[in-house]
Amino acid sequence: MSVLPRFLFIALTVAAALAAGWVFRRIAVAVTRGELRKALRTAPVTACFGILVIALYVAVAMAAPLIAPYGENEVVGDQFMPWAAPHLLGTDNLGRDMLTRLIYGARNSVGIAFLTTLLAFLAGSFLGLLAATVGGWLDQVLSRMVDILMAIPALIFSLLFLTIFGTSVTTLIIVIAVIDTTRVFRLARSVAQTIVVMDFIEAARLRGEGLARLIFREILPNAMAPLAAEFGLRFCFVFLAISALSFLGLGIQPPTADWGSMVRENAELITFGDITPLLPAGAIALLTVAVNFVVDWMLHRASGLKE
Amino acid sequence: MANIRSMIARRLLLGLLTLFAISLIIFFATELLPGDLAQNMLGQAATPETVAAFRKELGLDLPAHIRYLNWLWGALHGDFGASMATKRPVAELIASRLEHTLFLAAYAAAIAVPVSLFLGVLAALYRNSLLDRAINALALTSISFPEFFVSYILIVLLAQSGLFPSMARIDASTTLAEALYRSFLPALALTLVVTAHMMRMTRAAIINLLASPYVEMARLKGMSRMRVILYHAVPNALAPIITVVALNLAYLITGVVVVEVVFVYPGLGQLMVDSVSKRDFPVVQAVALIFAAAYVLLNLTADVLSTLTNPRLVHRK
Repeated sequence: MSVLPRFLFIALTVAAALAAGWVFRRIAVAVTRGELRKALRTAPVTACFGILVIALYVAVAMAAPLIAPYGENEVVGDQFMPWAAPHLLGTDNLGRDMLTRLIYGARNSVGIAFLTTLLAFLAGSFLGLLAATVGGWLDQVLSRMVDILMAIPALIFSLLFLTIFGTSVTTLIIVIAVIDTTRVFRLARSVAQTIVVMDFIEAARLRGEGLARLIFREILPNAMAPLAAEFGLRFCFVFLAISALSFLGLGIQPPTADWGSMVRENAELITFGDITPLLPAGAIALLTVAVNFVVDWMLHRASGLKE
Repeated sequence: MANIRSMIARRLLLGLLTLFAISLIIFFATELLPGDLAQNMLGQAATPETVAAFRKELGLDLPAHIRYLNWLWGALHGDFGASMATKRPVAELIASRLEHTLFLAAYAAAIAVPVSLFLGVLAALYRNSLLDRAINALALTSISFPEFFVSYILIVLLAQSGLFPSMARIDASTTLAEALYRSFLPALALTLVVTAHMMRMTRAAIINLLASPYVEMARLKGMSRMRVILYHAVPNALAPIITVVALNLAYLITGVVVVEVVFVYPGLGQLMVDSVSKRDFPVVQAVALIFAAAYVLLNLTADVLSTLTNPRLVHRK
């Protein structure tokens, strides 16, 4: 392929994506009511495309066993078969159906990344809000611990701990969750600190509200917008980190169908000019782009910026 | 001037303290294992005698703080002990690879920093135009791509046709020109990964300043937009730009791990990944310490440099 058709192909893909986003927005505006409808109507096309992609991924992940033509680890033919029916995307290095593995990957890769993000997020925002509300020595101790943990590059930190505890999915989830807890902590603490000094918190304290009520009923609702955007961003980082580790063979272990490891297992095809191994990598990239688009829109809305 | 010197001294001290804390974490993380290292490595089936012998070989019979001091003292003298897998000294394994990794990171930085600063200024100059939107969308996309995806796309696009080699084999006998040619693809992959972030931050830092009254004044005097940005906005935006450049250079240091594996580049990252799967503790600890030290050093430099670019901080009474 020369340069021009390739460029045309990229332009067409982008145009198709934008068109899909636009159509999705029309449909979404038509079927929703109230606040949601108002928000969707002003959403940029990119954000609508993002929502559409995320919804598709979730649907595929939920319905994986129903839509996948074969079993997750079923060997259905020779290794590295070309793209032809009945194996639409060919087979992988062990003769398993590529399309099936991709579909199950949505469940495994995204599921594990989501779980990890949730863990990191719950721990990080709770500790961050706690540190800002209580202040004093607790804040000092937690903040200094986080400072030190953050001084080590994330990938290096996870590699170190995977060496020590061995490579397994549980270790992976815990290690990545700990790393990202520190980042969420920083944000939650700084957001909460601007809220804690406000008058209504002072009033709540004087009224004798307990610590738990203060955190969950007074501070948390006011910190929700930046935290929600952070959740999206964190998910991207966690997802990319887990994929990178799986690609290195240190993350999600075979035979689980996972996009990162699928790239690694089939990488040799690339040297023959076959782009099949790029599909799982592309699936990772597409979801991250989609989440980023939505987060961008959320941040824009939260900040009330009209550039 | 005395102010500055004491500031730099304070930062250096803080950096040393951080490094010390990191070395503690890296060393004592192994103590988190249930049982001990020797038992863990040999498995439950090992006889008590073999475990005891292995323990002695690893020096585990000494108390932990003595082992730590020995390790730290050795590390400060370039002696990281012996690899558990190959029994060769870790320093010997690391030496040439460290050089390669630094070369690759510097190569990528030499491309990425000028390009992203240029694009950032351009995007700020023509903000909200089609060019700006295109650059922004491209930036957002490349942030979202995993490093290995970018690398393999480059291989498909540029190595398939035989333009560049897809495997970056480099050793002591490779000449500089040859090394630059062979490691072009990994360097380009790293560049693509970090450029987007640097560019977006440069754009944001400059646009932040464009709302200030003195910029408006300059515009009202009839100065061209280009001149306003280059002579008035950029000098004041230097601090955030330096910070983000340093942050990304630090990111390069860890980003090399994945890229090195894709391109079979003989660097520290690949050594580390191999050692993690073999659970070769001394090597992993040594490489982690080196990466972390480089990371801390870069952040420290950024801190000092961005203070130096602010006259209000330099000439504080």
